[in-house]
Amino acid sequence: MCLGIPGRIVAVIDEADSLAMVEVGGVRRPINISFITSEDHPAHSCIGDWVLVHVGFAMSRIDEDEAASTLAILQEMEDMRAEMEAMQQSALP
Amino acid sequence: MKYVDEFRDPAKAEALARDIPRLVARIPRARHRPLQIMEVCGGHTHTIFRYGIQQMLPDAVEYVHGPGCPVCVLPMGRVDDCVTLAERPEVIFTTFGDAMRVPGSRKSLLKAKADGADVRMVYSPLDALALARRHPDREVIFFGLGFETTMPSTAMTLIQARRQGIRNFSLFCNHITIIPTIKAMLDSPELTLDGFLGPGHVSMVIGTRPYAFIAGHYGKPITIAGFEPLDVLQSTWMVLRQLAEGRREVENQYGRIVPEAGNSKALAAIREVYELREFFEWRGLGSIDHSGVRIRADYAEYDAERKFAVPNIKIADPKSCQCGEVLKGVIKPRECKVFGTACTPETPLGSLMVSTEGACAAYYNYGRIDTRVPADAPA
Ligand code: SF4
Repeated sequence: MCLGIPGRIVAVIDEADSLAMVEVGGVRRPINISFITSEDHPAHSCIGDWVLVHVGFAMSRIDEDEAASTLAILQEMEDMRAEMEAMQQSALP
Repeated sequence: MKYVDEFRDPAKAEALARDIPRLVARIPRARHRPLQIMEVCGGHTHTIFRYGIQQMLPDAVEYVHGPGCPVCVLPMGRVDDCVTLAERPEVIFTTFGDAMRVPGSRKSLLKAKADGADVRMVYSPLDALALARRHPDREVIFFGLGFETTMPSTAMTLIQARRQGIRNFSLFCNHITIIPTIKAMLDSPELTLDGFLGPGHVSMVIGTRPYAFIAGHYGKPITIAGFEPLDVLQSTWMVLRQLAEGRREVENQYGRIVPEAGNSKALAAIREVYELREFFEWRGLGSIDHSGVRIRADYAEYDAERKFAVPNIKIADPKSCQCGEVLKGVIKPRECKVFGTACTPETPLGSLMVSTEGACAAYYNYGRIDTRVPADAPA
């Protein structure tokens, strides 16, 4: 019900109606982008942006840096795990 | 898919899962009873079951599946109201797919459709509005339900309907609001929760600040969580880390989608169209104060409740249903007397069996795999 899917804005269909073409998992669909546009972010400047799409509306602009930092933390844990395993193994007689 | 696949990497999931026992060992309470973490949102319930996340955790950590599946908490009387509206000859009744199969006391919307009512499944409330434009001689009603995630979209659809002067469109508003719901959970004496996974998509609208009372007043940690398996696992790890370090805070694991302040334009649309109801009836949980919204008088002509006589009858759930106890985490779905016998996804008695986000459907579909199959068992 509350699920959303990431999609990329590929074209503006109607600037006045805040309608854009968004590609979601290979499928293109008109999506309302009024919740993520503003004076600083007019519709035409949003082309190429990744957004979270829910029931026909773009609800949030995906923050690339935040995504990268979440993944970096996860990567660090994975690396640490691997290192600890290596350490434990080399400690064996 | 970008922003999806990266958050499903099994190697990272394993690293997280293997670090969790270390945290649990530092939480004294876990020695006496399992730590209970409630995932508020049905989307998380679905991820937990689909990816077997509970099985990746030590026995000392268990998920309690919260009330955050709007379809699951829809009272039977409301479904009856939908059917009554849908059976009017002039009406095209539109709804999200999930709501079609929820049993009412007479029938579900799906059955009403089979019996001749014009019920149509739509992907977006905007599709329903487009139907109204195409059928000026009919009355199109959209059945609006869901938490703050969905509220802005239905609100914006009404704003557009008014701007475009469309008169044959209305909303049957059954939206519910998350904060009073969580509060009701926290005030319930039967619950012994240790922490929360916060609903990621509700939070992209309302932001992270409204949850401060959970950490402050109730002293429980909460982590706003995304919906991919790594998101859920990392958020669980973050809640456990708070418990291990004696912190009670609102943390945000889902920063890529959830800004601290939420979405101001979406909140403005909600405020323009909706106001709080004094109370709202939930299936299994009874009435919760201020937990629902209705359409403001300003938008009265788009309010199906005002436009048509909605009977609004209260109907008690069948006696054999134990949905309320499951919703509060008091019993597990399998402990319900009718689980898997009288109540299955094909013939649901309770709504927790309907949606893939419902705890009972999740248990039924994913939870029956016996992980203790002997190694030499035939494949
Ligand atoms: S098994 Fe059916 S009746 Fe029992 S709690 Fe689950 S949905 Fe409700």
